[in-house]
Amino acid sequence: MRGSIRLKERAIEGALFLSALFSVFITLGIIAVLVFETYGFFKEVSIIDFLTDTQWTPLFSEKHFGILPLFAGTFLTTAIAMLVALPVGLISAIFLSEYAPDGLRAIIKPMLEVLAAVPTVVYGYFALLFVTPLLQNIIPSLSGFNALSPGIVMGIMIIPIVSSLSEDSMHAVPMGLREGAYALGATKLQVAMRVVVPSAFSGIAASFILGISRAVGETMVVAIAAGLQPRLTVNPLVPIETVTAYIVQVSLGDTPAGTLEYRTIFAAGMSLFVVTFALNILSYLLAKRFREVYD
Amino acid sequence: MTDMKRRMSKWADKSFFTVGLAATFVGLAVLFALMLDILSDGVGRLSLQFLTSFPSRHPEAAGVLSAWVGTVWVMAITGVIAFPIGIMAAIYLEEYAKKNYLTGFIEINIANLAGVPSIIYGLLGLGLFVRALALERSVLSGAATLAILVLPIIILSTREALKAIPSSIRDASYALGATRWQTIRHQVLPAALPGILTGTILAMSRAIGETAPLITIGALTYVAFLPASPVSSQFPFINLTGLFDAFTVLPIQIFNWVSRPQKGFSTNAAAAIIVLLAITFLMNAVAVWIRHRYQKKIRW
Repeated sequence: MRGSIRLKERAIEGALFLSALFSVFITLGIIAVLVFETYGFFKEVSIIDFLTDTQWTPLFSEKHFGILPLFAGTFLTTAIAMLVALPVGLISAIFLSEYAPDGLRAIIKPMLEVLAAVPTVVYGYFALLFVTPLLQNIIPSLSGFNALSPGIVMGIMIIPIVSSLSEDSMHAVPMGLREGAYALGATKLQVAMRVVVPSAFSGIAASFILGISRAVGETMVVAIAAGLQPRLTVNPLVPIETVTAYIVQVSLGDTPAGTLEYRTIFAAGMSLFVVTFALNILSYLLAKRFREVYD
Repeated sequence: MTDMKRRMSKWADKSFFTVGLAATFVGLAVLFALMLDILSDGVGRLSLQFLTSFPSRHPEAAGVLSAWVGTVWVMAITGVIAFPIGIMAAIYLEEYAKKNYLTGFIEINIANLAGVPSIIYGLLGLGLFVRALALERSVLSGAATLAILVLPIIILSTREALKAIPSSIRDASYALGATRWQTIRHQVLPAALPGILTGTILAMSRAIGETAPLITIGALTYVAFLPASPVSSQFPFINLTGLFDAFTVLPIQIFNWVSRPQKGFSTNAAAAIIVLLAITFLMNAVAVWIRHRYQKKIRW
């Protein structure tokens, strides 16, 4: 009787362990699929061309495979998004953590969560059919597809990520540090800027990096509103294409498996994975540091 | 001079309150504008006909029938795959795992997976389910892809729910002679259930809006049929061949309509967005309601 219970306990623990291990197999699966197809891609295209050619025209008859124009598009939309999300997110985090009365916080935080719950395809619609026409009133030379409008909308989408993680880390700063500064006659703003923000720095940095990683990987907003024209430019007013939007563009067509065109999306995906992976690990380590300091 | 400086910093302090309030409300103002824009564009198009028609070349005749039925199919199968694995993994990590390198590795791996762009999961689904396992562009391929996508979120939120159960509950159960699994099964899980449900519903509400991974695995954008019905008139009354049928989902239908230049289709897109947002917000509201209700009830 006792033996059978012990056997059952063992079996359950084994099954639970396998479930936990499953997540490792997902990562291995992602890497295996990307490496396999990317390897096939680099058998036909030189890695030097891939990284240095300034044209990306795999779907044309004269083919060029330079990833730079796609990354330029990704960089441009991400930069615009972060110009919106960083200041607004950080100021809002300082406000919520240091200034806002508890009642206001309790109302605003769930409302900001709604912002994060809206599907990205909806933000794409909003960028293309509301924000772009609005901006065209101010900037008449703005093209119907551009980097500016989806960049701004992505920034707003990312505000809750930046503000909520930053606020958590400010919240973890011990009260004693603030009280010390107040005792020296500092105002609330001085306490926030010179004590709380520096003490919570690693957590704030983690939230910034997570925001960047989110913007780099964002797909639908840019696929809908930024256009599908790979272009090596920093001009936010003209159509561009990001790495993610290119993958969508090819997936919408009927590209047979095993062709070079089919493999390009895995090569593009591989570059995307490497970049976001590095950003995520950095953010994870920074966030872990702020937890260790004050726990 | 110092007096002046002090007055300056007092003033800066006061004005920061306004700046901070404004920054916090930027997001909410945009959310409000977005809702208003979509409602004014799309609400006139909502009708029973819109919900019960297939897509069409003529915008005024088109509807979201195949899209919402596809969404229901994919979500149901996603849940069936992701819930058990996610909850079991969380139980292992929270209740069994010893602090060692392997556990640490699994944890950092899950944290990283939660940050992988969703389109990468689409490439995994394309390479693994669609091609290698030859499931083609089926409901099953789509659901398996989304299940993998939400798995890290389910694991992380379930762990939080388990963490919230005080260890005195476990100790009391052990003191009565219960084994570890008996303790989890009869004490920890029932107490953590509302938290687990809240987290998983939120994870599903994220999956329901996912577009990019399903486009990547090749879900069709024009579908004028439904997967085979799961109910059959003959024994055993269940028919699962629908799993292997092609499908589309609401977000893909929206994307398809947004991409067309004619005005009629963007109106359809707005109407379909209202349907999608209604489902998403309903799921969120249910999750918040469960959390609220049980937080009040249980006091340790």
